[in-house]
Parts: sequence; structure tokens; C-alpha cells
Amino acid sequence: MMSFELNENQEMIAQMIRDFGAKEITPYRNEWDEKQFFPLELFKKLGELGLMGVLVPTEYGGSGFGYLEYVTAIVELSKLDPGVGLSMAAHNSLCTGHIMMFGSEEQKQKYLPKLATCEMLGAWGLTEPNTGSDAGNMRTVAIKDGDHYVINGAKNFITHGVSGDVAVVIARTGEVGDSHGMTAFVIEKGTAGFRGGRKEDKLGMRCSETAEMIFEDCRVHESQVLGEVGEGFIQSMKILDGGRISIAALSLGIAEGALDASLAYSKERQQFNQPINRFQGIAFKLADMATETEAARLLTFKAADLKNRGVKVTLASAKAKYYASEVAVRNANEAVQIFGGYGFTKDYPVEKYYRDAKLCTIGEGTSEIQKLVISREVLK
Amino acid sequence: MKILVCITHVPDTTSKIQFTDNNTKFDKTGVQFIIGPYDDYALARAVELRDQTGGELTVLNVGEAETEPTLRKALAIGADKAIRVNAFPKDAYFVALQIAHYAKEGAYDLILMGRESIDFNGGMVHGMVGELLGMPSISPVMKLDIEGQSAKMAREIEGGKEYIEVDLPFIAGCQEPIAEWKIPNMRGIMSARTKPLDVVETISDETFSQVNAFQLPPAKGAVQLIDKDNVEELVRLLKNEAKIL
Ligand SMILES: Cc1cc2nc3c(=O)[nH]c(=O)nc-3n(C[C@H](O)[C@H](O)[C@H](O)COP(=O)(O)OP(=O)(O)OC[C@H]3O[C@@H](n4cnc5c(N)ncnc54)[C@H](O)[C@@H]3O)c2cc1C
Repeated sequence: MMSFELNENQEMIAQMIRDFGAKEITPYRNEWDEKQFFPLELFKKLGELGLMGVLVPTEYGGSGFGYLEYVTAIVELSKLDPGVGLSMAAHNSLCTGHIMMFGSEEQKQKYLPKLATCEMLGAWGLTEPNTGSDAGNMRTVAIKDGDHYVINGAKNFITHGVSGDVAVVIARTGEVGDSHGMTAFVIEKGTAGFRGGRKEDKLGMRCSETAEMIFEDCRVHESQVLGEVGEGFIQSMKILDGGRISIAALSLGIAEGALDASLAYSKERQQFNQPINRFQGIAFKLADMATETEAARLLTFKAADLKNRGVKVTLASAKAKYYASEVAVRNANEAVQIFGGYGFTKDYPVEKYYRDAKLCTIGEGTSEIQKLVISREVLK
Repeated sequence: MKILVCITHVPDTTSKIQFTDNNTKFDKTGVQFIIGPYDDYALARAVELRDQTGGELTVLNVGEAETEPTLRKALAIGADKAIRVNAFPKDAYFVALQIAHYAKEGAYDLILMGRESIDFNGGMVHGMVGELLGMPSISPVMKLDIEGQSAKMAREIEGGKEYIEVDLPFIAGCQEPIAEWKIPNMRGIMSARTKPLDVVETISDETFSQVNAFQLPPAKGAVQLIDKDNVEELVRLLKNEAKIL
């Protein structure tokens, strides 16, 4: 039976992140946002704290925690700065997660200890300029040449596409349209023919680096294949099942952050000689926000609990990701409304939540794609 | 070296303070508890000293079961083991008696704690423990270095500092900047679960005092801002409303 309270570890992790963040994140977040600066040094510090390998077993130098603690960590980081939450989640769930789940013992020994401490920053490349939701139709190809593969093509919107030291990249090794025709490779920065491309100029999540990865006759040894040849796309869908829990957690952090800020502000702000939360129009917004946030929390932790128990989480994580991300957007929107003109300025955090939240209904599968997954599962 | 750090379990500094039971009990509802900030400095310095010189670092708290998360946090920060003396900390003497007993039993070289707790701010326990054990007790210590069997420290005094040297063992009540607060990392949090946390019983129930009631300071009145050029209005308000002129 799952408990609805945070366990002692989760409490300590949350407190640790609040203490750390007050010194290392909050004072700088507006500047990072404004300048679209990716704070690599911060992620090195998160690595020292063990937050870049939360799920990595201790024998590979990770923290060895489960999904409940992982979700808590993302929620707390995202309350402070959703962009930091996004980068941390992508590093942990996608790149590190893929190597952890499908890598050989040798690959795990080689990469996990460095990823877990953020000595190496990870990237994960599935999306391409012309294939997002329809990633299975990707055009990047890997053609076998002796004991190497030659990769050509480009990946788009990749978190840490430029700064990543190691990337898991999915490329076509079979026919277009064959879901068993794609393979996952681990590729290190510095490999000839592999480079980061243009960095996106974004609406939100601006401190999280999003960039192209370009492959021009990039030769990768077959020892860099993750798992079976031809299984890269199927692997990716499994990685996204877990990854979506982390985007649900990121969304939950934003939803809670926007709610907390709104509660505090609505008590302080006076109009017509009373705090604005005395107006039912505002109080009812807060009631909706609180209820939906709680529901998002329950869905997210339920998915995390199932994942911990090794149960298939395709449906649970799609529901959590879909619902929590929509709540993040709604809460951030209502928060700006509750703050009025001040909500429209950078003096309060809700303006940033408003911009950052929108990524949540898009990344790692749009809301529409989540509904496809959910409907497919419930109609089975 | 064997180090003992005594920690308090106190309300977060931003807590709203209220009382129940006819103003005789602190109302814990909705209050977040933390390691006493001064104890946290003592703990941080103790972790550094243990890492430099080797040995073992034990944390002790006199408190009921609810204080265990606070002890676990100290373990996550780096203590090797924890002792909880299972009792509500009734007064400073009661707490000092328990500490002195278990400190003697453990034969520690160094006993550190905060200069005072931040709930009742008595600042008496370290002195009492020193008396009970017949050891020097120094407070507030803002710098502490161990060299062999003696310690050099700086103590804050009115308008300056005092530099002191004592032989081990001794007791110190600590304050900033003796060390920087340590934030536990994930590995520490994970290992805290498997480190020993022993629950022991009280040695004596003796107290010196008993609390009859608490009283909150009067609520602060509303603030009224007056334009800086409007001196007349200021004088009028000070005369008629505040009645202090
Ligand atoms: C900040 C950021 C970070 C990212 N990080 C990564 C990363 O690290 N690695 C990575 O591989 N990718 C990453 N992505 C890419 C992200 O996963 C894609 O943007 C997402 O999957 C959507 O793809 P798309 O942008 O091509 O949109 P499209 O697929 O073109 O979708 C456009 C619209 O059509 C809708 N739509 C598409 N298909 C259907 C359908 N069948 N039914 C109904 N509606 C449909 C979509 O819901 C959407 O509303 C990132 C994106 C962003 C913005």
C-alpha cells in the first residue's frame, strides 16, 4: 500500500534542495532566464549532491534511490526553476536511463559513474526537424561499414545538444516505417563528424539548453550500440514511459509553485480594503488550483510507485504526464491572473512559470500524443 | 577522536508561534522542525574535525520519537551514529543530566553543541554539562582547531574576541562562523537509513524548574506611512493617535 505522505528520505531530499537552491539557484534564475544562459556549473554541483544519478545504483556511483525520491527531487528543483528541473530530468531519465536500462555491463561501467556525478552531461536524441510526434519516421541513418556505423542526419530540440558530453542517439538502420528498423548508439562529444548545432531561442525553459545535433559521416564503432540492433525505437518508447513520470513531476513542481505563490500573494494583496482572497472570484480559482494540483500529485506518485514495483507504466505515466502538464499550464495562467499586473512582470516568479509551463504539454510527447496513448490503452 | 554533538529539534525560524492548553504548551500544528541552527554549526565543524582526524562522530538528542527525522538528518550530514534519549526535554538541567550521563559512558574527547537552542534560548546546557562532568565548558566558540590533545579556539566577547587554549576533553557551545552549514547529499541521505540510531532511557527525572505559562508579545500594530514632506501630519498623529508627544 502506497503512503500518501512523503517518506523521511523524500522530506530530507526536499529540504536539501530548498537549502541548496536558496543559495545556488534562486539568486541567479532571472539572469539565466534573461540571458538564456545554461548554468553547467550548477549541474556539476547537483552532481556532487547526487542529483544527476538519482536512480543509478550505488555500485555504478549513483544515489540508488527509487522513483518516489526521484519525483520529489524534480518537483522541488522545478519549483525553484523549471528549466533546471527539465535539464536534470532529461539527464537522469533519458540519457542515463537509456544506458542504465539497455546498456551492456561494459557500457554501464564506462558511462554511468561519470553521468551520475555529472562529470559527463548527457543528451538524448530522438526528435528530428521533420519528425517529432512521428519520431518513428526519422531520417537520420546509420549505415553499417565493417565494424563501424556511419551516421548522417540531424536531431532537433535536443536538451544539452551542444553541451552534452555523451549522447544517446536513435538512428535508422532499417526500412522507413519499420518500428524495428532503428538503433540506439552512445556517442561521445569529440567523435569526428558529430557536432552541436544551432541553439533554440525559446519562450520558456530558457536556462535549459535546447539545440540541434548534427551528424556528417560520423563513424561510430559497433561497440557503441545500445542493446540490440533494430530495437532503438522500441527502447525509446520504454524510456519515454519512465521519462514521462519525470515530466509529470516537473509539471507538478510548476503547479505547486504557482499555487504556493498565489496563496501567499492573495493574502497580502489588498483591494477594496480587503485581501483579494476574500473575493470569491479569487478564492474559487485557488480552490480549483489546489484540487487539481492534488490530483496531479496523486497521478504522478501513483505512476512512480508502479514504476518502482516494476509494473508496466505506459498508461499510468501517460495519464500523469497529460494531466499534470495541463494543470501546470492552468495554474500558471491563473497565478498570473491572481497577481494582476504584478504577475505580468519579472518581479514575481509567476511570469516565468507561465512561460516555462507550456513546454510540459509538448516535450516527451504532446498532450495529444498522451491522449492517443491513453485511449489506445484503455480501448485495448 | 570520539566526538559527541548534542542537537536540538526546534521549530523552523519562520514558524508561526502559538500555544495551546491554556498557554502551557507549544502548538506544533503545521510547524516544520529543524536541527537547531547553532547545533548545525557545531555539527558541521564536528564533521570536518572527524574527517581530518578520523574517529567517530555521535549525535545525541533528548527528545521523543518525533525528533528522529532530525537525528536522521544529522546522520545524512555525516554523523556516524545517533542516540535519542527518550524523553521530553523538560528543562535545561534535565537535559544536561542525560547528556552528562551518556557523554561519560561514551568517554568522548570533545562535546560540541550550539551556544543556545533557538526555541527557549536558555544557553545553559553546555555550562551545566561541564559542571556535571567536571570539564571546561566554553561558549560561544566561533573558531575551533584541534592540535593533538589540546584545542585552540576563539570565543566571542563583548566588542571583540578572546583566544583560548584548553586540553581535551571539554565542552563547547558553538556559533558561526565556526564552519559552514552542511547540506546532506543523496548518498548521505541513503546511508543515514542504515546507520545506527539507538534509543535509550533517561537516567534521572530530576528538573530544576517547571513552565507555568507562555505569553506571546503583543501583536504589532498596523504600519502607517506618511509622506516625507508632511511633517504636520506626523506630529499630529504622534500626538493624537500614538500619544507619545
Ligand atoms: C525545450 C524542449 C526540449 C526537448 N528536449 C528533447 C530531447 O532532449 N530529446 C528529444 O528527442 N526531443 C526533445 N524535444 C522534442 C519534443 O519531444 C518534441 O517537440 C515533441 O515530441 C513534439 O514534436 P514536434 O515538436 O515535432 O511537434 P509535432 O509532432 O509536429 O506536433 C505539432 C502538433 O500536432 C499535434 N499532433 C501530431 N501528431 C498528432 C496526432 N497523431 N494526433 C493528434 N495530434 C497530433 C501535436 O500534438 C502538436 O500539437 C524537446 C522539445 C523542447 C521544446
